[in-house]
Amino acid sequence: MTNLLQTSPNDLNNKTTCKSDKTAFLDISNLLAGYHNKEIVHGISFSVNAGEFVCIIGANGCGKTTALKTILGLLKPFGGSICVNGTNTIKLTQKQLARHFAYIPQAHAAPFPFKVADVVLLGRTPYINSIARVSEHDREIALNALYQLDIADLAERTYTHLSGGQQQLVLIARALTQEPDVLVMDEPTASLDFGNQQTVLSRMRSLVDAGTSVLMVTHDPGHAFYCADRVLVMHEGLIIANGSAHDVITTECLQTIYGTKVKVTEVELEEGGKTSVCIPLR
Amino acid sequence: MQKPEQQTNLLKAPPDACPSVSASNACPSASATTKPASQVDTTVFNKRLSLSVKIALCASLVMVLLVSFALGRFPVAPFELLMGIYNHFANPDMVASDLTLSKIDRVIFEIRLPRVLLVILVGAGLSVAGASYQGMFKNPLVSPDLLGASAGASLGACLGMLFDMPVYLIQVFAFFGGLIAVAMAVWLNRVVRYDPILGLVLGGILVSTLFSAGMSLVKYVADAQDKLPEITFWLMGSFSSVNSRDFIWGLFPFVAGFVILLLQSWQLNVLSFGDEEARSMGVNTRRTRMLVIIASTLLASASVAVAGIIGWIGLVIPHLARAIVGPNYRLLLPTSMFIGACYLLIVDDIARLASAVEIPIGILTAILGVPFFVFIFRRNMRGW
Repeated sequence: MTNLLQTSPNDLNNKTTCKSDKTAFLDISNLLAGYHNKEIVHGISFSVNAGEFVCIIGANGCGKTTALKTILGLLKPFGGSICVNGTNTIKLTQKQLARHFAYIPQAHAAPFPFKVADVVLLGRTPYINSIARVSEHDREIALNALYQLDIADLAERTYTHLSGGQQQLVLIARALTQEPDVLVMDEPTASLDFGNQQTVLSRMRSLVDAGTSVLMVTHDPGHAFYCADRVLVMHEGLIIANGSAHDVITTECLQTIYGTKVKVTEVELEEGGKTSVCIPLR
Repeated sequence: MQKPEQQTNLLKAPPDACPSVSASNACPSASATTKPASQVDTTVFNKRLSLSVKIALCASLVMVLLVSFALGRFPVAPFELLMGIYNHFANPDMVASDLTLSKIDRVIFEIRLPRVLLVILVGAGLSVAGASYQGMFKNPLVSPDLLGASAGASLGACLGMLFDMPVYLIQVFAFFGGLIAVAMAVWLNRVVRYDPILGLVLGGILVSTLFSAGMSLVKYVADAQDKLPEITFWLMGSFSSVNSRDFIWGLFPFVAGFVILLLQSWQLNVLSFGDEEARSMGVNTRRTRMLVIIASTLLASASVAVAGIIGWIGLVIPHLARAIVGPNYRLLLPTSMFIGACYLLIVDDIARLASAVEIPIGILTAILGVPFFVFIFRRNMRGW
């Protein structure tokens, strides 16, 4: 998913302001962010490599959503830098930003009954202007996204009539149609049932295996064990741990950030190998 | 296009094999109704109106147009209409000398043509404005009249009439009245912090009440001999007094509004998914909102300035159009324009012909609009 072809002259101007020495795809350094004048994120630095699945966990109000919104350009950062693919995104317009980051919201009720194909094609918004029509190239990208998520058979259906899990897959396809450098998700599975959560996460995992980069906020440490390459733990506006799920998500860590009794333990899988589970204790 | 084989396998899955991991719906009940994936290609994204819909829309507008000329105190049959238009441009001298021909010429060019064209503009304008408001506010229940735009524009226009202003100034007053009213309704919705859909409707009702009070005040101080009846009849909505000058002045705001909204139709699609999503897809939501509010209010207030308050059309027609072509604004806006124009032409014909004295069209659109809306809305909410 390289975006070199779409890089506009403006992107190149901003390139100089970025340290382009790293292999990291998304590089965030010393980011300060918040609402109005209240700082919530007190200087966080992390990176996401190409084809890496990074999860952020943390309690409500720790600043993870604020950080995501700032990365997406929905909030203005108070300080720090956000570089993606060698481009500093802070000075980009919303349209240029949308070619770097695609946001996958929670499945939701749209007010009007759009067709799935229409919804997915809307992902081409950052590449078209109001006069130019959608080209065959745009349609092919949207179609590929449908096939990548195995939902081509839903194309003619009405989005509002789908189940929550299907809606979520449609929104992921729409995000892929944006051809972003990084997919950004804020608790995408929060409104889904157990089975659909797994479906969505496994599809995300296969996208990452195919080269996409994902930055996801999640409430469930189990999701991080299930699909994350790396986990960031946020606590009171700071990143307090950064590493593989196995190293980072420990009993002590979860008890610190959530303030409740939990136990993280390893289980043997029948197919071989181990995974960790997180058990809430009374 | 990578995985057609896998897709067909899913579809052939036996009824009991319904793995929870396949959200693309391997459950036979749902997949039975969908096309096999191997047939899906980029044509599913081809969002054009089907030819039959296009022909139907154009044909009905032409039909209604011809009927509108043919009906009335001085009927102009389609053939006479064609000859009249031809003679008007080809042999003006002959028209001037011949009594019958000059009568037909006057009926066509001074009475019926300006009226019919204005009805088309107003019908299309109110419908497009309503459809745009609905998308922008993510709210299927708003329309120019419910948002207060019509009331605001009326008060502006009333003031203009009270002070005997020229036509273009009345339009400017109507526009700013409408803009202030919409801004107030949006602001009230924000202050009240009630349910976002109903809150906006509530805000519109409050603003309408406020501006109606202002209109009552204007009527109260207006001269009961000439100004008061003029304002009162105009408020009920009517095309009976329009002339070609009204048409020329009306044309500018209508064309500007149509062009802006049609150019924003893709952004309206995105905006109907909510502000944050729209911004993350690269839409400058602030600019789009401003443009759409200004253009829709321009259309609504230009309609009010031309023909008074014509309610319900801005709410009903977008829903009817959505029932036919779906919610995609690229199709919805032009379809709404055509249907709105046809609908208002028909209603205007009824207003002209139903009784010896012309019935104010605003009364008719309300009587027809309410039951129509209940019917359409019930169907639409179930999908299309």
